[in-house]
Amino acid sequence: MLDNEISQPRPKLIAGAKDDWEMVIGMEIHAQVSSKAKLFSGASTMFGAEPNSNVSFVDAAMPGMLPVINEYCVEQAVKTGLGLNATINLFSQFDRKNYFYPDLPQGYQISQLYHPIVGEGEVLVEMNDSERRTVRVERIHLEQDAGKSVHDMDPNMSFVDLNRTGVALMEIVSRPDIRGPEEAAAYVGKLRQILRYLGTCDGNMQNGNLRADVNVSVCKPGQYELYRKTNDFKYLGTRCEIKNMNSMKFIQLAIDYEAKRQISILEDGGEVHQETRLYDAEKNETRSMRSKEEAHDYRYFPCPDLLPLELEQSWVDAIKAKLPELPDEKKARFINHHGLTNYDAGVLTADVTQANYFEDVAKNRDGKLTANWIINELFGRLNKEELIIENSPVKTDQLGQIIDLISSKEISGKIAKELFEIVWEKGGNPKDIVKEKGMAQVTDVVAIETEVDKIISENPDQVEKAKTNPKLAGWFVGQVLKATSGKANPAVVSELINKKIFK
Amino acid sequence: MKELTELTISEVRKGLQEREFTSVEVTKDCLDSITSSDQLNAFSTVTADIALEQAKNSDKRIFEGDAPNMCGVPIGVKDLFCTKGVKTQAASRILQDFTPEYESTVTQNLWDDGAIMLGKLNMDEFAMGSSNETSVYGAAINPWRASDSDKFLTPGGSSGGSAAAVAADLCIAAIGTDTGGSIRQPAAFTGTVGIKPTYGRVSRWGVVAFASSLDQAGPMTKSVRDASILLEAMASHDLKDSTSSAQSIPNFEAALNSNIKGKRIGLPKEYRMEGMSEEIEKLWSQGAEMLKDAGAHVIDINLPHTKYALPVYYVLAPAEASSNLARYDGVRYGFRALSKTGDGIEEMYSRTRFEGFGKEVQRRVMIGTYVLSAGFYDAYYRKAQRVRTLIKQDFDNVFSDGIDAILTPATPSEAFSIGEMTDKNPIEMYLNDIFTVTVNLAGLPGVSVPAGLSKNGLPLGLQLIGRPWEEGDLLNTAFALEKALQFSEKPKKWW
Repeated sequence: MLDNEISQPRPKLIAGAKDDWEMVIGMEIHAQVSSKAKLFSGASTMFGAEPNSNVSFVDAAMPGMLPVINEYCVEQAVKTGLGLNATINLFSQFDRKNYFYPDLPQGYQISQLYHPIVGEGEVLVEMNDSERRTVRVERIHLEQDAGKSVHDMDPNMSFVDLNRTGVALMEIVSRPDIRGPEEAAAYVGKLRQILRYLGTCDGNMQNGNLRADVNVSVCKPGQYELYRKTNDFKYLGTRCEIKNMNSMKFIQLAIDYEAKRQISILEDGGEVHQETRLYDAEKNETRSMRSKEEAHDYRYFPCPDLLPLELEQSWVDAIKAKLPELPDEKKARFINHHGLTNYDAGVLTADVTQANYFEDVAKNRDGKLTANWIINELFGRLNKEELIIENSPVKTDQLGQIIDLISSKEISGKIAKELFEIVWEKGGNPKDIVKEKGMAQVTDVVAIETEVDKIISENPDQVEKAKTNPKLAGWFVGQVLKATSGKANPAVVSELINKKIFK
Repeated sequence: MKELTELTISEVRKGLQEREFTSVEVTKDCLDSITSSDQLNAFSTVTADIALEQAKNSDKRIFEGDAPNMCGVPIGVKDLFCTKGVKTQAASRILQDFTPEYESTVTQNLWDDGAIMLGKLNMDEFAMGSSNETSVYGAAINPWRASDSDKFLTPGGSSGGSAAAVAADLCIAAIGTDTGGSIRQPAAFTGTVGIKPTYGRVSRWGVVAFASSLDQAGPMTKSVRDASILLEAMASHDLKDSTSSAQSIPNFEAALNSNIKGKRIGLPKEYRMEGMSEEIEKLWSQGAEMLKDAGAHVIDINLPHTKYALPVYYVLAPAEASSNLARYDGVRYGFRALSKTGDGIEEMYSRTRFEGFGKEVQRRVMIGTYVLSAGFYDAYYRKAQRVRTLIKQDFDNVFSDGIDAILTPATPSEAFSIGEMTDKNPIEMYLNDIFTVTVNLAGLPGVSVPAGLSKNGLPLGLQLIGRPWEEGDLLNTAFALEKALQFSEKPKKWW
């Protein structure tokens, strides 16, 4: 795509009672690493297992147990870094973040504070055809997830499920480059898309696979640019962090609420206090969770059970060489190679499985026609049934055959929709179905001519009228199609009628 | 004729091979001496059934000609090692009745070789202490007594039970752990041999952690040869411990030829502490003379950062401990304090940890928490790490100057009485580690060899410090020293 036609979007302005304000947003995304085993133990990461069934002695922090790094998780983090065009730190180190909580058996989380595995990168967030936000990524580090505490199952007791304890997370930390709630949601969406393309995170937000901590502050127009010029945070307002968001919709609502809350404090002559807040979706408001003063002292220090992680450049290069095509490249290729519109290409590449489905079908077929069928018929039907493409009853070879039948004019568009319906409901080989059910268009001119002649001879009045009003030709076409149950090729019918009536 | 319990590993090995006696016989005799030695309080748990079962199997193995070095040899295991199905408490109330479902790598290696587990040995709580007095089981008692005195003495710590059991012939050998001197100081106090191997030589998997970057397990034995045999059996490259080394494990015993001709032995000036007792100083020079007589060159060396070692150790070890001990929270296993109505999770934690940990452990957890906290981290933890690097460089420098081993006293004094330190400033107790902590900070192997008796008739030890991964060479120097010293005293049985 042509970068020079694309500009950075304008920040969202919020009109306070007195002044206009802008918001400045930075995000920490916790993305669960796609891996069968946990970060430092061999226990399974399977979602939805019986409580406390995926727990090793290490996860339960039994005495004398030691963590051992899962190399695959390291590879996934490196892959993610490469996918975000980020620096890979060949030297990184794990630190312990100490705090007490029942779902944290060790009493510390193993994370990477001082030496993260991935350094600076960036995410290009397309807002529309002409605007794209560049969000700088500060770092990505690997860390352990905590378990789950359940407080609402029993009036007197709390329960702990350690299945998630020790599962690998990548914390992706952005710079404060996001300038509005829509951008924030689009950033999460883009990141999720890239991670799914890379296969490094499933990105299932409902399962908590992808969670966001959102830092929000507000400032007067012009201040942000000063911050960017000087890198000095004094130009920005005091930020509040909204913890643990796992819905795009709520991220936007929470940011909007939080920005307005801060603006009203500032316009009343008050001060925003740095703190951690929680979003209450039912009331659509954020509430203070703990102030800066109450913040834990995590007493980070290098984890003495683990050696520093030292990567070989050649190992990183090998991962890089195997990196899959990423959404932006794929979209450009769909436009250039398959002749799709920017919009269609965007829809199809939104998800890698969708894009793969498209490519499977479009191979040696008309890209535009394939895109139309997938976006209109297939996606329409999937949405209706609330299915994801992985579970589509119509497989790529089946849809491909339907499209071939249309292209070769063996069936009409209308019949094709009926055929699609049959394949969706009952499965089967589309070409065979067309044969069995006699759905093929009749292109045999002689057969159609017989039918045309019959209709003409049966309706002499209409023929006379049509001679003065050529629009009536369509009526004859309709009659012929009706008589052939729609199988006659309409183009051939039309041509014959024109020839016979108008000579 | 020696009692079976008095034998060394190599003597038991020989006797078993030559069918002079069976492992069951040696094991039974050991179990009997344990039973009649309650006063020493060396064992916290005796596993007679397991021992006899293992002994039978080992006798069978020996009969079938499959007999690794440790096969049939009854040993004691410090309570810090997790032993499957056998209570493991690290001598702490907070692990009350904790019975692991897994076996530490070190003990598994030993059982795989056919060694016999007599039981678990007393120690300082979580290996924090130098006198075995912080144990929830009560202090272990040194089988040695000063001449003309019936005062109970400490066997040292933290591996006090191990040292007492070996010295009193309750077992053929024992295993201990050493974070700042916890093998070498008790060995010196009881006239036994103890070696802390190079960091990474022995797996830490399944050993209750005190300070992960310093902890190493090692043998406590009646001779240098035994230490070589037992160390080789304990060592392995363990994929379950990321800090375990892939260095090959040589046959340490095969290196024992007492030929140290041309070896360069360093005497660090900085270890000549002010106020050092004359007899320790004399012992040290005597040791140096003996090595010289055996053909070694004795050279004065400098380890300039030595004076910082103790403070550095008492920042770093508690820092790691404060984090390592966070898992003892009353939630999943071990002791949980009774809750009062209205107690929340915070109260449960603090009550459990207040009642479950002893005073010394609490002190160290608090020190560790403090030195890691915001605003103090740089001044304490980070600075201590930097100095640790300098201490290690001191050793690197002398080794690269061609020094093969370093000779120092093992402890600044002979064994002291139980209770003697109780009311003193804890730093007095920490001073026990003065000659040993540097070795842990630098990750080096260090061995304590019994060198003679004090004027009070109590054993004193000398320490040899070796190059990393060269335990074989170090043990051979110790072997030469042992041969020259001819130490053969035994405590007079009073228990």
